Amino acid sequence: MTKLTDLTIAQARDGLRAKEFSAVELTDAYIAAVESSRPLNAFITETPEIARDMAKKSDARIADGSAGAMEGMPIGMKDLFCTEGTLTTAASHILDGFKPQYESTISKNLWDAGAVMLGKMNLDEFAMGSANITSYYGNVVNPWKREGDDTDLVPGGSSGGSSAAVAAHSVIAATGTDTGGSIRQPAAFTGIVGFKPTYGRCSRWGVVAFASSLDQAGPMTRDVRDSAIMLGAMAGHDPKDSTSADIAVPDFEAALTGDVKGLRIGIPKEYRMDGMPAEIEKIWDQGIAWLKDAGAEIVEVSLPHTKYALPAYYIIAPAEASSNLARYDGVRYGLREEGKDLIEMYENTRAAGFGAEVKRRVLIGTYVLSAGYYDAYYLKAQRVRSRIVDDFKKAWNSCDLLLTPATPSAAFGAGENQDDPLAMYLNDVFTVPASLAGLPGIAVPAGLDSKGLPLGLQLLGRPFDEETVLRGAHVLEQQAGFNAKPQFLA
Amino acid sequence: MSLDKKTVARIAHLARIKVPEEDLEPLAGELNNILGFIEQLNEVDTDGVDPLASVVEMNMRQREDAVTDGGYPDRVLANGPETAMGFYTVPKVVE
Repeated sequence: MTKLTDLTIAQARDGLRAKEFSAVELTDAYIAAVESSRPLNAFITETPEIARDMAKKSDARIADGSAGAMEGMPIGMKDLFCTEGTLTTAASHILDGFKPQYESTISKNLWDAGAVMLGKMNLDEFAMGSANITSYYGNVVNPWKREGDDTDLVPGGSSGGSSAAVAAHSVIAATGTDTGGSIRQPAAFTGIVGFKPTYGRCSRWGVVAFASSLDQAGPMTRDVRDSAIMLGAMAGHDPKDSTSADIAVPDFEAALTGDVKGLRIGIPKEYRMDGMPAEIEKIWDQGIAWLKDAGAEIVEVSLPHTKYALPAYYIIAPAEASSNLARYDGVRYGLREEGKDLIEMYENTRAAGFGAEVKRRVLIGTYVLSAGYYDAYYLKAQRVRSRIVDDFKKAWNSCDLLLTPATPSAAFGAGENQDDPLAMYLNDVFTVPASLAGLPGIAVPAGLDSKGLPLGLQLLGRPFDEETVLRGAHVLEQQAGFNAKPQFLA
Repeated sequence: MSLDKKTVARIAHLARIKVPEEDLEPLAGELNNILGFIEQLNEVDTDGVDPLASVVEMNMRQREDAVTDGGYPDRVLANGPETAMGFYTVPKVVE
């Protein structure tokens, strides 16, 4: 018999309906998997008692016919979502001991749909990073390794605990958040599916804020169908988030028709960058060929301001972060370091509580917003952002989806890419433009590189057209037939 | 544009982050590296382009101006590192 932890959400749903196993049995299998995957350091907090309690209630709902879309599904919650009564850290020392008195809308939606919480997932501190090496709670280890090489690799970031745990089958799925690529890049590094929906599709209420005009939650799952199911449970209008879109949530799973005939797939020529590794180019060309074989029409498009997306992002995101993170001052929650007066208490608390990357970004953000530099940096970046949005709008005249690589490389070792913060920022070169434009984007595992590591492809769509993105991703997934598994499985 | 030690110290104070004297120089180097990368935005012609603050193309909804939440000071204060008599406490600010 297949291990319970090898089932996808769709398969586990069928098994629960057919009474082949109970929600408690499924959850117990995952609690054991969480324990055996501790070497990955994917969890900041494990919540087995909460999980068992939730699973019992799931079995009761299944018995009385009131099961929800995620009924009995044991998931990981990125530790950026506030969970009432359960430690929420954002992987930062400054939130020591913080137990929210309220539940984020996304986590509440998932629990209301029947999902079961296995624990809170590790991440980069305040979601700032692309390798999950800035967490106060330590690095997360990628369950994949290069062939014949025992070096620990990073799981991507910032949703690195989520990606590692989904790939290693220690959770059936996990939530992620994506500001510049923090769902899609870790998904690509671990051979799973990661879907950032349109900005506004999922409520940001109760999510620890990084850059509010960019942050968006989404599912991280083993396949495209699971992402469709889970997004359906997460999405929806929330009066508590004024940027949440008052748009009906469609049946995302019904969008998986398996048919892309006549769909126009745009290939942005500016994404074919100088010095792009041959293997990335090859998997991209392969993806183009797969969609063409399936009957899609391939069109070349131009997004002329692509190269300016990263520099604009590294003004806008730190600026918003410096403002959002002003609240961590040692007064209302978390860490406090005493000082001789109030100002020194603030300064000591923030010096002790924030890690190096968070400090860098808060300082850059403070600088670009400071008197005399606001116009030259911040307003300039927002104007460039308008240009980038216009590029995409023009592209949609000639195509329905865009196909690009998800990342410029496969997963790397923890010490191989961190000497220079800028080198780390380049990880998000393919994901940041869509973040700035608020567009839905999905990373789908497409194949292995010559060292046996997964590589992902990215599909981008029009605002609030998640259905076409999912339809394309589903066909891409079928064509790729990716079924490789990491060396470490829970 | 290049940041010197003095500017970094000023920004750090604005951001309320204590930075030890010996860290200012290396930090200036790191920040200048990032600012150098950002400078390429000057190549983009943005004359007549409006700054974009939000990608949400919809009007903000209005709601009735009514109290919808609150009335639980204990929960509000539950995570405070130091609280007393229904207040957060901070080091003395008035002499």
